[in-house]
Parts: sequence; structure tokens; C-alpha cells
Amino acid sequence: MVISRKPSHFIVAALLAFMPLLSFANDNHGAHTQTTASKEATTAMEKGHEEGHHEGHGEGDIRSEIKQHINHHVLDSHDFTLFADDKTGKHFGFPLPVILWDEELHIFSSSEFHHAENGVVASKGKFYVLSHHDGKIYRTDATGTLTEDAKSGHPTNIRPIDFSITKSVLFIIITALLMFFMFTRLAKSYAKNGGIPKGMVRIFEPLVVFIRDEIAIPNIGEKNYKKYMSYLLTIFFFILFLNLFGLTPLGVNVTGNFTITFSLAILTFLITNLTANKNYWGHIFWMPGVPYLMRIVLAPIELLGVFIKPFSLMIRLYANIFAGHIVIMSIIGLMFIFKSWVGSPLSFGLAFVLSILEILVAFLQAYIFTMLSALYFGSANEEHHHEEAHH
Amino acid sequence: MTIPNIVGAGLIVIGAGLGIGKIGGSAMEAIARQPEASGKIQTAMLIAAALIEGIGFAALFAA
Repeated sequence: MVISRKPSHFIVAALLAFMPLLSFANDNHGAHTQTTASKEATTAMEKGHEEGHHEGHGEGDIRSEIKQHINHHVLDSHDFTLFADDKTGKHFGFPLPVILWDEELHIFSSSEFHHAENGVVASKGKFYVLSHHDGKIYRTDATGTLTEDAKSGHPTNIRPIDFSITKSVLFIIITALLMFFMFTRLAKSYAKNGGIPKGMVRIFEPLVVFIRDEIAIPNIGEKNYKKYMSYLLTIFFFILFLNLFGLTPLGVNVTGNFTITFSLAILTFLITNLTANKNYWGHIFWMPGVPYLMRIVLAPIELLGVFIKPFSLMIRLYANIFAGHIVIMSIIGLMFIFKSWVGSPLSFGLAFVLSILEILVAFLQAYIFTMLSALYFGSANEEHHHEEAHH
Repeated sequence: MTIPNIVGAGLIVIGAGLGIGKIGGSAMEAIARQPEASGKIQTAMLIAAALIEGIGFAALFAA
């Protein structure tokens, strides 16, 4: 790729420089809502003093408040809250559509859960309520009773099949559209400009070339790599964009949700096994080059490996992103536990450094997922070893 | 979280940390010996580290 003009250098530099700021803004957002929370906790503590309770009460309150805030952040939700004022109970954001399949189609806005009395929404003669326990929708009666399981505390009501556009789904759609428009523009600019990409989107060309030359060709091989390129590029940029969105103040946690990493891993699993040649299956069920007794022992182990590979892909991406979000949020939360001039700069600095680390992790995890997918595709397409034994 | 869980999680982190540290150290030595092969070494290093990390996370979820 040729970057001949200075402005594009500046744009890339500015973009990179802004990335930590974005994640930084996330911290501020967390801090903002928690400030009101801690104020409330302080007043609660003062009240506790007046009533003659012990002092530990306020501390525990802040802790549970922080825990609640983190839990709310890492989970998916039915409405999009930008920030909330805990004192007045006002939420700034917008509701998202709820789509349920319960013998027939029910569509309503998630804001109805907040507007309706005791949170019960009536739709086509059935009643639904949003559980505060796990944020899921349950079928209920007109008064909104939820029977809870004594052991786990989860509601035991019937759950309709939920196709709602939740926060995660919204961001998957946004990312898909963003990728579609950016990469079609990039592709078109090649034709227009005689082989040289033009505009903002050309910052993606080195990444595309990197995936082809460093990931696809060495792992899959010159002969077969082309049919996997579209999948590898899609999955790389999809994971990368969603990871980076997770670090912005929008407060989404898409790749840190294991239903989503599960479906990504399923895609890799299906493509690996559906495009595999007979050598691949031969290596699993009848390993060449080992004694016959060993082949029988090896077959179940190899078969297990087929399922463990996508499973580890799923766990790795989910756990890395999820853990990153929790650690950053917890460190910001420390500010409200210390409540001193030593604690605040400390947690501020730590959160800043960790946010930068998280950007690295965002790129690294996208790379690893793509890399390992390519490795599995390569192993599914391996030719006979004898010709290239001296290779 | 009970005490055995916490101790187990700590042991897992120690093990995974040692493993990834060994990989990183060996990759550094290898790059110092053969700087021209650094690209290949880095790739192999990342794959090995990712595999250990995967096992580590799986164990952490079990703990």
C-alpha cells in the first residue's frame, strides 16, 4: 500500500491517539453514574449514623452498588441506556423493540416495561414482565407474579422465545452495516483509481494484506487459501470492530458474551468439518503411521479434539473480553471505596493503562481467532505428507 | 466462592503464567539468535500462548 500524502498519516495517527480517549470516556461514564450512587450511599450512611447503626453499612452499600453496576454493564439488555441518574431514577437512552414468539408474534417497545404499572405489559391477551433478577422476559398474569425457584432464585415462569433487538443485536447489525459500506467503498476505489485505494478506508488495506500473507497463505497453503479468505476477513474485522466498540463509552459487551462467541466458533467448526478432505478424517479415525492398537486408542481422543478446538476458541475470546471489562470497571470502582486523594489518581492511572492494554487485547484476540481458524482450515485441507516430507 | 476455589484459581493463574512466561522467554532468545526468523517465531509464540491461555480459562471456569 502506498501512503504518499501526509494527511493520511495524520488521520491514522489521530485515530490511534483517540482510541484510548474513547475507552477513557467509558471510564468517565462509569464514574458519573457511580458518583451519584456513592452520594446516595453517603446519605444512606449518614442516616445509618443517625439511627445508631454501625459504620460498615455504607461501605457494603457502595460495594454492592459497584457490583450491580458492573453486572449491568457486562450483560445484554433490552434498552439502550447511555447514562442514568440514580437519584431521580431518570434514564437517558432509547428503548429497543421487543419481539417475542409465544404461539403468535408479539411486538412492542421495551419502554412499555417501565411505563406500565408494576412492569406488566399486555400484548394480544398475554402478559409479560421483565425479571429484575436476570433481565429476561417471562410470561406472567395480570398482576405480574413471578414464582421463584427456592434454590437458585431464578423465576420458574414460562419464557417465550425471545427474538428481541437487544443492545448486542443492535451493535451486531451496526457493525455489519459499517463493514458492508466500508469494504464495498474500499473495493470500488480500486476500480476507480487504477489499483490504488483511496479515502479513509484504505487504512484497512494493510490489515487485509496481512491476513492474506501472514495468516491465510502460511496456514492453509497457496492452493486452497482463496476459498477461505472471505470468511477469515469477515471474522477478523467483525471481532475487531466489536472489541473496539466494547471499549467506547457506548457500554456494549458483544464479544464478551458467550452466546455470540459460541456462534462464531460454530461457524469455524462447520466450515472446518464440511470442507475437510479425506486425509483429515483419515487422521482422526485411522491415524496413519502408528501401530494398529494405538489407532483404536487415538480415534476417540482425536474425535474429542474436533469438538475441543472450537470450544477453546469460544472460551478464549469470551473470557478475555469479559475479564477485561470486569477488571477495568472494578478498578474504577476502587475510587469509590478508597474515597481519598491517594486512591483516585491511583485507580485513574491504572484504568488508563489497562484501557490501553485492552486495545492491544482487542487486536490480539481478533488475530488469534482468525489465526486459529486458519490453522484448523489448513489441517482440514492438508495433502498427503509423502510428497512434501523433505519440505 | 469458597476457599478451595480461590486457591485453585490462584494455582491455575500461576501455572498459566509460568507457561506463557517460558514461551515468551524462549521466543525472545530465539529472536535474538535469529532476528530474520522473528516473524515466524512470533506467530508460533502467539499460537502456543493462546493454546495455554485457552486451557487456563477453561480451568478457571471449572474452578
